[in-house]
Amino acid sequence: MALLEIINLSVHFGGLRALSDFNFALDERQLHGLIGPNGAGKTTAFNVVTGVYTPSTGDVRLAGESTVGARPFEINRLGIARTFQNIRLFRGLTVLENVLVGFNQSVTHGFWGTIVRSPHHQREDSLHEHEAMKLLATFGLAERHGELAQNLPYGDQRRLEIARALATRPRILLLDEPAAGMTPQEKLELMKLIRFIRGEFNVGIWLIEHDMKLVMAICERITVLDHGETIAVGTPGEVQADPKVIEAYLGEPV
Amino acid sequence: MHDLIQQLIIGLSIGATYALIALGYTMVYGVLRLINFAHGEVYMMGAVVGFHVTNLIARWRLPLWVSLPFVFVTAMVACAALGFLIEFLAYRPLRNRPRLVVLITAIGVSLLLQNLAQMWFIFGPTPQAFPPLIPQYSKTFGTPPNTITISNLDVLSFGLSVGLMAALAWVVLRTRTGLALRAVSYRFDTSSLMGINTNRTISFTFMLGSALAAVAGVVDAIRYDVKPLMGLMPGLKAFVAAVLGGIGSIPGALVGGMLMGLVETLVKGYLSSAYADAVAFVVLIVILLVKPSGLFGRYVPEKL
Amino acid sequence: MASIASTSHISRPRLPVWVINSALVLLIAAMWPLHRVLAENMNPYYLRILILIGLNVILATSLNLINGITGQFSLGHAGFMAIGAYAAGSLMKYFGPTGTQSAIALPALLAVGGFWAAVAGLLVGIPTLRLRGDYLAIATLGFGEIINTLIVNTEQIGPFEIGGSSGLHGIPIRTDFFWAYAAAIVCVASVWRLAYSAKGLAFRAVREDEVAAAAMGIDTTYYKVLAFVIGAFFAGVAGGLYATFDGNLAPESFRFMRSIEIVVMVVLGGSGSVTGAVVAAAVLTYLPEQLRFSNEWRMVIYSLALILMMILRPEGLLGGRELFRWRRRMAIPVVPADSGPRGT
Repeated sequence: MALLEIINLSVHFGGLRALSDFNFALDERQLHGLIGPNGAGKTTAFNVVTGVYTPSTGDVRLAGESTVGARPFEINRLGIARTFQNIRLFRGLTVLENVLVGFNQSVTHGFWGTIVRSPHHQREDSLHEHEAMKLLATFGLAERHGELAQNLPYGDQRRLEIARALATRPRILLLDEPAAGMTPQEKLELMKLIRFIRGEFNVGIWLIEHDMKLVMAICERITVLDHGETIAVGTPGEVQADPKVIEAYLGEPV
Repeated sequence: MHDLIQQLIIGLSIGATYALIALGYTMVYGVLRLINFAHGEVYMMGAVVGFHVTNLIARWRLPLWVSLPFVFVTAMVACAALGFLIEFLAYRPLRNRPRLVVLITAIGVSLLLQNLAQMWFIFGPTPQAFPPLIPQYSKTFGTPPNTITISNLDVLSFGLSVGLMAALAWVVLRTRTGLALRAVSYRFDTSSLMGINTNRTISFTFMLGSALAAVAGVVDAIRYDVKPLMGLMPGLKAFVAAVLGGIGSIPGALVGGMLMGLVETLVKGYLSSAYADAVAFVVLIVILLVKPSGLFGRYVPEKL
Repeated sequence: MASIASTSHISRPRLPVWVINSALVLLIAAMWPLHRVLAENMNPYYLRILILIGLNVILATSLNLINGITGQFSLGHAGFMAIGAYAAGSLMKYFGPTGTQSAIALPALLAVGGFWAAVAGLLVGIPTLRLRGDYLAIATLGFGEIINTLIVNTEQIGPFEIGGSSGLHGIPIRTDFFWAYAAAIVCVASVWRLAYSAKGLAFRAVREDEVAAAAMGIDTTYYKVLAFVIGAFFAGVAGGLYATFDGNLAPESFRFMRSIEIVVMVVLGGSGSVTGAVVAAAVLTYLPEQLRFSNEWRMVIYSLALILMMILRPEGLLGGRELFRWRRRMAIPVVPADSGPRGT
């Protein structure tokens, strides 16, 4: 049984079939890529898993338990975190605060403690701040912890979004086009970062990406979508050679 | 039974004016995604202009078929100009600001107009009756106590509304400006890329909506009286009507307005007049919770 | 870690918490001798303005929690104030405690008023939490008007007089400078500490991006409703203070216009800035008194100023910053372009 399983998932919006009979499995420490032309249904898949959309048919299971019907914040607390295609940082909050939001669910002191600044509150706050700074240091953002998120350079913003997602201590991490808009240098760094995260944080990583070099380089398995349908699943080598994939998406092999 | 029909007639008559005002809200929201809080005050200004014009021409003893259109047209033109000014001075500078900033500005414009109207040189703080313009008579059907009375004001109100809405439909559906209006309300950015002068279209939308509100203003001024705060409640109720019908939808504004008029009159007639005003808000909250896109509206979900 | 010394999210004062807490208690206690001094020596007209400033500070700060910090747009705050005012006011009139009894009774009744206002906050917050931006604004406006209509049509609730449209008169006067400012200090300190804390970070995350906040495990519904409840509570307290200060309540004074005045205070101070709301409340209570000379032009100037402020400086006087943390600039939250009334 895989950690994250998607079984015969279909999502319809009125007459539009965004996803048809989608099947997927992801384990801890696995790196699985999801590729396909624009509009193929990739982000839809993420949205269903994170509870934003409800599937028309099919099931999503985390560690065997179905998550369908759970609200997005509940799904995050169960262990699935994500980044967004268009960066959705908390722009008016600082870098540190962005990450600290992820620790909110681990807070055990109540509002009363917050108002009087009880010792319990202070201990937890210090602890979380410490953890958050450690996380930022891993991502090379520690010196900038006091800056507003919106003032960061683009590549840093993307990394911050990943750090923020990791702050929620997920078991599964969904990355939606993390390399979009990055320079080649930044992409190389990102590849190293993703591999590092996988090992260091023990997460299964599911990646949507358009940069083929990146996907082929780091993913162990790849699923290819086109118009909501799965047209290929396999290792990078298998997928690259698959004629259906070439026709729909890749063009002639490089 | 006759009582019910009487209520229905009153309800439609009132609803017709709500529909006219609601059209302004719905069109502006369609193109700008803005709730023009000041729209109720434009309606009030229509009444004020109508008041002054009627007083002015009283001495000329014009025949009704001249004076009536004259009053209405002047009010419409004046309010169209006012609508243009409001958009140009207060909303256009804020075109790309957060919506709540614009909303507060709209509230500011509304307050400004309310208080300007209370100045002696515009109207003054005390309510005044509308000067005689239309001889008011009504026709009663049936034998007492089962009678139904229709006044010529009811006919005028309803007729004007329907007629103006037909004209509006023609403009929106058959003219190029109308097409531009529809395009802009679907997709702002693409419209301007396609060569549509969005600024001009928006101004036109404001002017059109304001002219319609002016007509409602004059009708209600004749029906009731003129006071500087008269725009507040009808404005809010017409807004609810627009939401009920589906904000952004023109037929929705028509239907919503009529429905609001009917509901309000029925509540006043059968429940209690004290709660008649609150009914509008209850309706609003119910719609927003049950079907926020209203009867005819489109709801476009946010893309993640 | 030395680098956290100037952390933004937690107000890390240089002093230990117990010192600050004690200082706050002392500050509240100091309001009593201050009250005695002012009652003896200050012109009652100015003293009244000072007390009204205190009440407006509570109103502005509590609304700021809802509008500025959590990013919801509530236009019905006067309704919560009304509930607190009528609850505390009619109870005070009914029981009419005197002497030392009243020293205990007032805070108790204020709490009762705040409680019922909080209940109203819950009732308003829950259904409206799905709405966005201007729709939420209109819905809260509607609730405010509904509350007003209910009050106007109620002569009494059980043995407690409400007064309907003629208002509630003859409420024993118990509130003075001390009570007003003690309450104000508690309110401002609470909201400040809520906003700038790990738990309170959730409020601001909801303001910044609800979808992202939910994806990070924040129960956005809970926090939005909670903001309403806490904000309504304090508004109710302010209402109770007002009732037992003025002695008279007229339903007309708790309508849309009042809500707008409070909103303007929050916006003038810079939505989200706790100190900003305090400053703006003081300014906007004091200035209109100074402009009394020209009553008719007063509102015209007020509305013109509002429009100009929105066009020229929508971020308010302090620009979204706090008085004591000037370098830290807060961003003006940008509402995403959307066309529907509901959030996801």
